[in-house]
Amino acid sequence: MSGENLPGRVYGSLLAARRWHPAEIAFWLLAVVVYFALPRQLLLLNEIAILALFALSLDLILGYAGIVSLGHAAFLGMGAYVAGLLALHVTADPLIGLVAASAASALLGLVTSPLVLKGNDLTRLMVTLGIGLLMLELANSLSFITGGADGLQGIVMGNLLGVFEFDLFGKTAYAYSLSVLFILFLIARRIVHSPFGLSLRAIRDNSLRATAAGVPRNGRLAAVYTLSAAYAGAAGALLAQTTSFVSLDVLDFHRSADVMLVLILGGPGWLYGGLVGSIAFKFLQDLIAGWTPQYWQFWIGLLLVLFVLGGREILHGGIKGLVARIPFLQRGRRP
Amino acid sequence: MAELLRVTGLSAGYGEAVVLFDIDLDLAEGRSLALLGRNGVGKTTLINSFIGVTRQRTGTIVLAGRDITALAPEARAHAGIGWVPQERNIFKSLTVVENLTAVMRPGAWTPERVFALFPRLAERKGNLGNQLSGGEQQMLAIGRALVLNPKLLLLDEPTEGLAPIIVEELLRALKRLFREEGLSAIVIEQHAKKILELTDDTIVLERGRVVLRASSSDLLAEPARLERHLGLTAA
Repeated sequence: MSGENLPGRVYGSLLAARRWHPAEIAFWLLAVVVYFALPRQLLLLNEIAILALFALSLDLILGYAGIVSLGHAAFLGMGAYVAGLLALHVTADPLIGLVAASAASALLGLVTSPLVLKGNDLTRLMVTLGIGLLMLELANSLSFITGGADGLQGIVMGNLLGVFEFDLFGKTAYAYSLSVLFILFLIARRIVHSPFGLSLRAIRDNSLRATAAGVPRNGRLAAVYTLSAAYAGAAGALLAQTTSFVSLDVLDFHRSADVMLVLILGGPGWLYGGLVGSIAFKFLQDLIAGWTPQYWQFWIGLLLVLFVLGGREILHGGIKGLVARIPFLQRGRRP
Repeated sequence: MAELLRVTGLSAGYGEAVVLFDIDLDLAEGRSLALLGRNGVGKTTLINSFIGVTRQRTGTIVLAGRDITALAPEARAHAGIGWVPQERNIFKSLTVVENLTAVMRPGAWTPERVFALFPRLAERKGNLGNQLSGGEQQMLAIGRALVLNPKLLLLDEPTEGLAPIIVEELLRALKRLFREEGLSAIVIEQHAKKILELTDDTIVLERGRVVLRASSSDLLAEPARLERHLGLTAA
């Protein structure tokens, strides 16, 4: 049932949940401001925007539908290879590549979705891990298409919208990735606040009860899994197009593990978790790698353990306290 | 009055265990039925069989002329079964309004009407499910079943574990639903006397079989009959 058919008081209450919070507006304005304020960091910011989109895709299934995945890189990799191959052999137009990559990943998501509909979290972890490993091995085996261990080289992207050339400093890349991230975020935001999104959370909270209330569990989970795959595919396309390179690394397990880590850092189930987590993860990675290039993964791992064991509550409490002290951020609702 | 539900020769259970044996019952539109019996006799299993989460061995379930025996739970909900589970099972991460709109289907029952029935819920419409008291959760569970606009409402011990004042409020709401709105319902309830006052008919289960069927008013007038089967006074 569409929200527009609901009586005023109830519809108003639902609209309140969809209303933009000042902190959200501030977040996106800041993402634009850094384009001008940090011109030397645009390549890093581009990586953050792509990782944020990848994490947003995982949040759609993990945060809203409760589907855990350790093989999300399969969709990222599919998107990256489709965008790369399209640019090499068919058209260098970035937007066509983006749409084609999303569609291919969505198709892969749709085909594999029946595998994640049954079983518990452990089953899903193993199944998604298996899908990720299969895709990696498939890409490795099809080296005459994918370039194998050497990857796809010599990708030259056309100008964005026929006007903006991809430059070495990441100006076009960041603006492109941020724009795609924002548009897909808007769509995701609309979806999670719709009755469809509510039904996903109902399934996550209590699958049997939701089913007995007439929610088509399998159909909804397959739909959101496919959507999530499309988002991950878009992230893969951005990665391929803005770096002009695709290798087996995009399908590697560490991609799936990293994005899970990012989402845990930011907190699943509120859309901004992936975005905030990717900022924290990339800056931490950049900072610690600069300090100790050989052991940065050790420190990231240690921080993650401390964070999960209690630091998350302290950090989130601190952020809430900070927001409470800023009057501008008090209007509206938490996103 | 048209027949709404007809159950014929129903045997069902869980896995290899059979809990219900050869159950026959029927319910006309606009009638309400109390389902009584001692603990463990199969009352909840019968309700679960209606919603489709048991293993059915034999028999048929026909709702409003449609055989729903082989349907999945979601299809049964679409066919017109609304279920208020014993554990309430509120969607804890959704607000009160969201709990209702996540599952609502077109019909006379809207969230607004639910709020009119339970004004206490209207005051809490922005609260998350896990921020509600037990009584409010039960009201929301009933409301959530109502916005499915069911032909048949199934209530599994709706007053269990609630404070007396909340029980009274819930029973008043159920009375309105059964008597004024003419909603068809099957209710499992431990407070036998209170539910007999609300319902039209009663069946008593013993060891998975129907052992007594009578009008609720007759049983109220003859408490000894009920006592024989339940082993307690209908208080």
